[in-house]
Amino acid sequence: MVHKRIGAGRILRWFIPLAFLLVFYFFPLGKITAVSMSTWKHDGLSSWPGSIIANAIGFTLFEATVATLLTILIGLPAAYLFSHFRFKGRAFMRVAATLPFILPTVVVAAAFNALIGPRGWLNLMLIRIFNLSQPPITIQNSLAAILLALVFYNVSVVIRVVSTAWEGLDIRLENAARTLGASPIKVLKEITLPLLRPSILSAFLLVFLFDFTSFGVILMMGGPQFTTLEVEIYIQTMQFLNLPLAGVLSLIQLIFSMLITAAIVQSGRAFSVPVMPRVKSENLRHAKKPREKVFQGFILTILLVLLVLPLVALTVQAFVGIGENGNRQITFDHFRELSLNTRQSYFYVPPIVALRNSLLYALAASGLALLLGFLLASVTSRSRFIGRLVNWLVLLPLGTSAVTFGLGLLLAFGLGATSSRWYPLLIPIAHALIALPFVLRLLEPALHSIPANLRWAARTLGASPRDVWRFVELPIVWRMVITAFVYAFAISLGEFGATTFLTRPDIPTLPIAIYRYLNLPGSSNFGQAMAMAVILLAVCALSMLIVDRLQINMNNPINNERVEDKEIA
Amino acid sequence: MELKMKKNLIFVIAIVLFGLTACQAEPAALTVMTHDSFAVSDAVIVEFEEQNNVKVNFLLSGDTGSVLNRAILAKDAPTADVLYGVDNTFLSRALSEDVFEVYQSSMLEDIPVDLQLDDQYRALPVDFGDVCINYDKAYFSENNLALPATLEDLTNPEYAGLLVVENPATSSPGLAFMLATIAAYGEEGYLDYWQRLQDNDVVIVNDWETAYYTNFSGSVGKGAQPMVVSYGTSPAVEVVYAEQELDESPTASLVGENMCYRQIEFVGILKDTQQREMAEKFVDFMLGKTFQEDIPMNMFVFPANQNAQLPSEFVDYIQVPDQPAALPMDSIEANRDAWIKAWRDLILN
Repeated sequence: MVHKRIGAGRILRWFIPLAFLLVFYFFPLGKITAVSMSTWKHDGLSSWPGSIIANAIGFTLFEATVATLLTILIGLPAAYLFSHFRFKGRAFMRVAATLPFILPTVVVAAAFNALIGPRGWLNLMLIRIFNLSQPPITIQNSLAAILLALVFYNVSVVIRVVSTAWEGLDIRLENAARTLGASPIKVLKEITLPLLRPSILSAFLLVFLFDFTSFGVILMMGGPQFTTLEVEIYIQTMQFLNLPLAGVLSLIQLIFSMLITAAIVQSGRAFSVPVMPRVKSENLRHAKKPREKVFQGFILTILLVLLVLPLVALTVQAFVGIGENGNRQITFDHFRELSLNTRQSYFYVPPIVALRNSLLYALAASGLALLLGFLLASVTSRSRFIGRLVNWLVLLPLGTSAVTFGLGLLLAFGLGATSSRWYPLLIPIAHALIALPFVLRLLEPALHSIPANLRWAARTLGASPRDVWRFVELPIVWRMVITAFVYAFAISLGEFGATTFLTRPDIPTLPIAIYRYLNLPGSSNFGQAMAMAVILLAVCALSMLIVDRLQINMNNPINNERVEDKEIA
Repeated sequence: MELKMKKNLIFVIAIVLFGLTACQAEPAALTVMTHDSFAVSDAVIVEFEEQNNVKVNFLLSGDTGSVLNRAILAKDAPTADVLYGVDNTFLSRALSEDVFEVYQSSMLEDIPVDLQLDDQYRALPVDFGDVCINYDKAYFSENNLALPATLEDLTNPEYAGLLVVENPATSSPGLAFMLATIAAYGEEGYLDYWQRLQDNDVVIVNDWETAYYTNFSGSVGKGAQPMVVSYGTSPAVEVVYAEQELDESPTASLVGENMCYRQIEFVGILKDTQQREMAEKFVDFMLGKTFQEDIPMNMFVFPANQNAQLPSEFVDYIQVPDQPAALPMDSIEANRDAWIKAWRDLILN
């Protein structure tokens, strides 16, 4: 299948993403490394901080492994549910599961506090029911709180990635195996799981990397006793200005990310089997058997408690205010005050403007990530070696500390007093680089799963490469394109680490604006921060519902018929 | 479609690259680097811009420590002309890293000498405020609990589990409070004191937002601890930003001897600025009456200029410590990292 002639198109497909990576990732990283090295020569590493490094590595690996396993444990049954059953609120739950992704940690911390804090609803309810003297749930500032938040943030990755693949599985394979006498367990073990393996591994890898480099959750949900590599890099850079140590830690983090990635990419490759994709929702049915109903109820309850309840708590916070009599009451004041510049502040930005900034950045970032992802995926699907190499390279920004990356971008492009006006351009670029591994890992398996004979058949029948793309490949990978877009969009909306280095006060993103409200005490500031978070949630939910609708239309049989008509004509 | 994508991509990259190279051609403007908590009234900045026919750009770059570190990292190619927001905990680092140019503003006449820590006029005091423990008034009166009068009182069993503080390695008020304990107990004694605090179930979190909004019972978060390390002005902010008008603040500060740590914030002109003259004007403006009187209600700290009038909220709701804790600047710079490291070792084990 290797083409002897390498066309200009192929080279461009290669060149553009790699040049992009070179300019916006390796150059900034080189810049910060150079600064680290020069201070190292100058000051040296005062003493080898072995215990700091060992502590950070140990806890990071532990926290990431446990959190990822928990996420998979909850995510897989949920993925099964979403890929096999129709139920009321299915579309809503899919969207709700993705929303945590965009929420700033400070808001999530407040939501959890409203729910399971010492005077949170759940605790108050349990105290009343069981007549307790102390709140029964006390996980604040503990490992449990960290794990809970990490699962809350990432479970949707497993649900989306695995259920999308599961829906596309050819149900006839399983049926055939059953007809030939295989038990359901055997079918699961020998047909379903092997076929799902690439997507499960993809989900595992992405969640693990997110947990591995997590920063805000560890900082805000835990306490000083919990230090990940990323947190330590932040402390060493921003507090101690110990760039050599920060550099060493960044390198360690990067090496671990690469090793883990390599291991998972390796084990996933061998099992990638091209399978004829199926029409979406072919497998979907209503739960009928009592066993199925119990399963559905059980999983939905878990998802409701874990994912929806915190979002509800957050929304309620935005609508609850203190009335004139001092009691709590429902109010729209927080939303009204958002559009008032009460202090006539120079830095006041109306929420609608912050929202517009965020959406523009997110659109640009996800568009960019999709373009780069497509270019790369079309190259990697033709050669295993190149495929692996590209996968590695592209994962680097996600495995790199946001502090290091952000600072590097700043040092590389932020020079000169007037150039601050160009920082905003760097934000979507940084976001696109962080989202690119997601996009690639979603697009790649989809593109690879297209049986080659489909393309050949189309070509033999006279379709141009463009037509093959338009009428064969795109319809098949469309679902994954949508999923990839949703994630790139959500990653960009929620990204905070690198953004803080590149943002300008007059063009803040929504998460930045939310943090600004929480810089000061006062119930009204808190209420407005929550109101802004609710606006962020609402807009995101809306855009994701629209995107999900697109997905349904694209897979509509009527659409497919139209395609056929065209081909015949 | 692929071709179109390529075209689009080339277009995007071209724009980005053009953007990054074209920045040198921009008209001159004054860039002020400062921390996230910087706030000012619109009219004040507009006044300066109109008087001097200049555009002021602000770069908000993290908390106090982060801002200075960024200025140091970018020393060879300065990103800004003026740096505001270095406080007395980090002043020595700024001076030893030599990021400022000397400027002896005539406005210094109106500023008390004890705030002027740099006798070579590289860093000029703009404002000051205290990091203090805030307490939830309702909790203490409902439980008939006496207020702790000294740092030592906080280790008494009646206050077990009632105080939340911030990690000095990740939080500026956390660092200030740790320095207060060093001022009170000395380098030799502060770790012992923290051990006793830990034995008394002190809660330690990483950032002020979590401490104040999640753990502190006096805020809307309704947390579990009725005492939090925050700012001396926080009780006034609670009144200003209350949802309903309040006659009194729900919180107040503990201002016993050495319980508060005074932070003084400085402004300086960054080395190698191309806008020296305009930068001088801006520094003068920051120390002048208009800007100084705008400070309290925007940043909730006290103006350094003694001629500036204080708003009534500052007089009514804020407790000012008679004897805030203080440490010599050079000793902070020489030992800060080691102190924090020893503190972390104690807490982690």
